[in-house]
Amino acid sequence: MRLILEKRAERSWKMALASPLIAIALTLIFGGIVFALRGVEPLHGLYVFFIEPLTDEWAREKLIVKATPLVLIGAGLALCYTANIWNIGAEGQFVIGALAAGAVPVLFSGWQTPDVMLVMLILGAIGGALWALIPAALRVRYKANEILTSLMLVYVARLLFDWLVRGVMRDPLGMNFPKTVRFVGWQRLPTWGDIHLGALIALIAALGLAFMMARMLKGFELRTLGAAPRAGRFAGFSADKAVYFCFAVSGALAGLAGACDVMGVSKQLQTPYEPNYGFVAIIVAFLGRLNPVGVILAALLLALTFIGGEAAQVSLGIPDKIAKVFQGILLFFILACDTLILYRIRFESKK
Amino acid sequence: MEQFLAIFATIVTASTPLLIAALGELVVERSGVLNLGVEGMMVMGAVAGFGVAFATGNPYLGVVASIIAGMLMSLLFGLLTLTLLSNQVATGLAITLLGLGLSALIGESLVGQPIARIPNFHGIDILIVASFALAGLTSWVLFKTRLGLVIRAVGDNHHSAHAMGFKVIAVRYLCVAFGGACAGLAGGYLSLAYTPQWVENMTAGRGWIALALVVFATWLPGRVIIGAYLFGAISILAYTVQTFAWGIPSQWLSSLPYLVTVAALVVISGNRQLMRANTPTCLGQSFVPDR
Repeated sequence: MRLILEKRAERSWKMALASPLIAIALTLIFGGIVFALRGVEPLHGLYVFFIEPLTDEWAREKLIVKATPLVLIGAGLALCYTANIWNIGAEGQFVIGALAAGAVPVLFSGWQTPDVMLVMLILGAIGGALWALIPAALRVRYKANEILTSLMLVYVARLLFDWLVRGVMRDPLGMNFPKTVRFVGWQRLPTWGDIHLGALIALIAALGLAFMMARMLKGFELRTLGAAPRAGRFAGFSADKAVYFCFAVSGALAGLAGACDVMGVSKQLQTPYEPNYGFVAIIVAFLGRLNPVGVILAALLLALTFIGGEAAQVSLGIPDKIAKVFQGILLFFILACDTLILYRIRFESKK
Repeated sequence: MEQFLAIFATIVTASTPLLIAALGELVVERSGVLNLGVEGMMVMGAVAGFGVAFATGNPYLGVVASIIAGMLMSLLFGLLTLTLLSNQVATGLAITLLGLGLSALIGESLVGQPIARIPNFHGIDILIVASFALAGLTSWVLFKTRLGLVIRAVGDNHHSAHAMGFKVIAVRYLCVAFGGACAGLAGGYLSLAYTPQWVENMTAGRGWIALALVVFATWLPGRVIIGAYLFGAISILAYTVQTFAWGIPSQWLSSLPYLVTVAALVVISGNRQLMRANTPTCLGQSFVPDR
């Protein structure tokens, strides 16, 4: 028996939709095995991890809160990956966005009118975009691999954040804790329960990007450059400009996500700040079929793994690290199943 | 003098994992495959090596376990990219995310446990010697043997290599497995010799630096040695300067290796002649035989 991949005549759109579902099913089976190995009854483990959090009003709100940054970042990354541009440093852009937004309450703690909220959000987006434009410029000007440079800048961003929040931005009355002052008034985002305004911003951003990718020339340009760079050049599209555009947009969205996270959840900056949203959003982008609307659904599922991990730790005594394993294996299965979009698997007996 | 020797020894131990991991990835990339999962394979090697050394009390068995762990992760990568023709960049990222998660889960109970480290003589252990032998070996195999010629042919033009009757996929599996073994060993070196303990995420981006080193060395094993020792020296000097307390913030010094990596990539990648001469032409492309 030999496994043979046979190229399909055209992309199978049915498989493009079925592949993430198969991948989720395989992840659940894998999850069951992991629970069994840990001495937990598999179905009970999966119930606690994936279902129980959804039955609780408080946890449902938390789900939206965790999904918010994932939607914002994931939608931007989907744009990049469609154009075959590899920004994997969103985590760094997220942290810089939080830092830029947090600088306002630190410098002007008395500024609490509604306009401060707008300024902080915009500063967050600008901070993330500028940080993302570094690897973009290095790639365009010096052909430096953007995967490696954008990732290296994550570590630099974290250290910069740590230095500032421990140093000049620390709350002088904060008993030496590595935290800034607490944000007050309109320095915080309006909330409904735990859900903050960021959720609405994320929804609008994702729908806006979806419209651009499907209906506007820019979307066509990026899709062409990603699928057939030579054809794109003949059509007069500039690959260099696409690199700047994708990094600027995805960086701005990641920065905005960082601003929303500190303005809506922690309401101050504190170090260490490593929520990992930037890396998990890579999985979100792929699970969401590199489509901003798909990203919304994918973000909800990945947000569930964060909450499920905490639930597993509390009620099953399993380390919450298990969430990371599920996230990693899910991406793995998606990529494996995506083969079926372009190929048909056939088994051939050896002659 | 004593102090300088001590600093020199730490530079050597800091450079060795970078050297080993980068040599493995160099061979992988020479065969035309870009495996971005070095960080994930490395961290799995670190936890497997540490776990086995802790369970058996024998660090050398730990070394073997780390090699196997890295190789298993790389074969998973091979299965996806070589057999199922998935995107190499995305799959490499998946390996890294999976490796970081899986190692954290497996290593949960190993945090803070002591083990017997690999014995050394004035800071020089057997794996340091082995890393130089490995550099010589990869250079010799790649440029002086028929196998090396086939590997480079597969990496430079897989269609021609296929037409000449070479098994492109088999050669690439071999190289990917070798790269995984090296990454695993490099991770094992971290947890068994460099800092004999297990900490979550203990590779701290070294896998990514190893990837950058391959570009920095323009795919030549000899230059990987120079690059690895340059980076090892920079990271150690950053720590040493910290102890002198000249008022330089520790975070600045800690970010130095990452910034230097970016700078090195810029300098080397901007040099068109150097890049064109050695970059494997088929790097990152899936091979589909036409028949």
